[in-house]
Amino acid sequence: MNPTNWGNTHHRNPQSSTKRDTLLSVLHSVQSPQRGKTWITDKDLSSIAREYKIPIAELDGIVSFYTLFSRAPRGRHVIRLCDSLSCRICGSLDIYRHIRKRLGISRGMTTGDGLFTLEIVNCLGACSTAPNMMIDDQLVSGVSLKEIDDLIDRLSKEGI
Amino acid sequence: MSQLKFITRYASIENPLDIEAYLAQGGFSGLREALTMSPKEVISAVKQSGLRGRGGAGFPTGVKWESVRGDTERYVVCNADEGEPGTFKDRYILEHTPYLVLEGMAIAAYAIGAQLGYIYVRGEYPHIVTALSNSIALSEKLGYLGTRILGSDFSFHVEVRKGGGSYVVGDETALLNSLMGNRGYPLLKPPFPTEKGLWGKPTVVNNVETLAYVPYIFMHGATTFASIGHPESPGLKLYSLSGHVAKPGVYEFPMGTTVGELLQAAGGTRGPLKAVQIGGTAGPIYDTSALGYALDFASMRKVGGALGSGALVFMNTSVSMVQVLDVTMRFFAEESCGQCFPCRYGTRQLAFMAHKIASGQGKLEYLDFMRDIARVMVGASLCPFGQSIALPLETILGGFGDEIVSFIKQQEFLKEVAV
Repeated sequence: MNPTNWGNTHHRNPQSSTKRDTLLSVLHSVQSPQRGKTWITDKDLSSIAREYKIPIAELDGIVSFYTLFSRAPRGRHVIRLCDSLSCRICGSLDIYRHIRKRLGISRGMTTGDGLFTLEIVNCLGACSTAPNMMIDDQLVSGVSLKEIDDLIDRLSKEGI
Repeated sequence: MSQLKFITRYASIENPLDIEAYLAQGGFSGLREALTMSPKEVISAVKQSGLRGRGGAGFPTGVKWESVRGDTERYVVCNADEGEPGTFKDRYILEHTPYLVLEGMAIAAYAIGAQLGYIYVRGEYPHIVTALSNSIALSEKLGYLGTRILGSDFSFHVEVRKGGGSYVVGDETALLNSLMGNRGYPLLKPPFPTEKGLWGKPTVVNNVETLAYVPYIFMHGATTFASIGHPESPGLKLYSLSGHVAKPGVYEFPMGTTVGELLQAAGGTRGPLKAVQIGGTAGPIYDTSALGYALDFASMRKVGGALGSGALVFMNTSVSMVQVLDVTMRFFAEESCGQCFPCRYGTRQLAFMAHKIASGQGKLEYLDFMRDIARVMVGASLCPFGQSIALPLETILGGFGDEIVSFIKQQEFLKEVAV
């Protein structure tokens, strides 16, 4: 085997991968916040693997490659705080410190009540309104600490 | 009408999904014109225009289209996996003028003989996925996409796919892997996607902005486009300005506009300018001498950089280069796909040392280690991702080395006197 395409030979084979273009969309749909579940469970994984005729281990490997998917349980709301250069120099760390204090969680953690997970991400593509974050599917731009508090209050009141 | 604004002119339409408003401004007349020509003539017009890929690599678009060969089952893929830090132009285009991209895709499909196209939108832009699906449906309804477009024999369908969150998927081979439901690993080229791409079939992958400029060529003429800006990389360009700028945002100017001119258009800096990063995270970090640099592919190469995606992040004197080093190295470590060893391990080492320095535990010898690691990565990484880390690293350690060194020394001194 030619080492240059090591591990990727099957990607070049049209037969083995045909019609898998919808796979990522399906993975998105099983962990949508609208369904109240923000991660991909073992059950999801095995049923999707069956549907697409992919070994479970391979599918698990695909899922783990992408940052938007999680195999571990996450909170009802996922906060993705951008800490790329434009956001960092416009105050992303102040926001991080504030949320950390307010929710008592650091990067990658979920609050005890299961409401919030805090993630740090690279560039959300909205640098002109830095600092940016996303709460679930919603971009939240150039916010003050007070606005973040209000948002957290509102979502906390809504509960799980 | 001025032909020095194009995308921003269409982007000013109040309701971006209003197809009638797009048509009223001449929308889809580029496609109509292209359909009167043969596919060969369409390709030669694009070549003549000098349009080069706006995603970062700057490859001549017409040459890419011309290199499509083999199988008659062919695809056009729009790369909307914008992930380059500091870049938000593709988001701007898709949010404000999606029809321009669809029109460009249809022209590309006609030129290369594709029947089906995909738009791969990054997962962080879910609202754009919805808006695009709606604009595709409206375009099909009015006969600008779908079966027998504008009464011709040409049929072309477009589908939208949502990415899973990955920086390296911006590479065209990685994007195709991802589109086929795999891990988004980049592949070595050749074979190029134009010969073996999606499902092994000839595929053209073009950036959102590239496709959005294609209709220009058929509305105003290839020679008009070629007459704008720098002769080697002509045309208009969207620049993303962020950081300490009075009016950050997307600006459309001819290729070859200088950093200073752009900055002026954006109302200058907030605070005294210290540094600017050009072209994305893999771009060099310049001091104020960059103000005179012309922003086009050829001129940027001459000053040891790259135009990249046209991102400019301005930093005022409050910014510590130790922080910039930390953020930049961490980005590479987190986004390395892990496929090849030099990049997987090298980025982690670099991020580790940069973070040690930033948290006051750095050592002077780290700086030489970092340079060595970057040099190995340039030579041994599989794809441009790992090769490109040397540029930001060397320019930070070069142009702002004194600041880093004195920071490390100061921290060491503080530790000593505290004992």
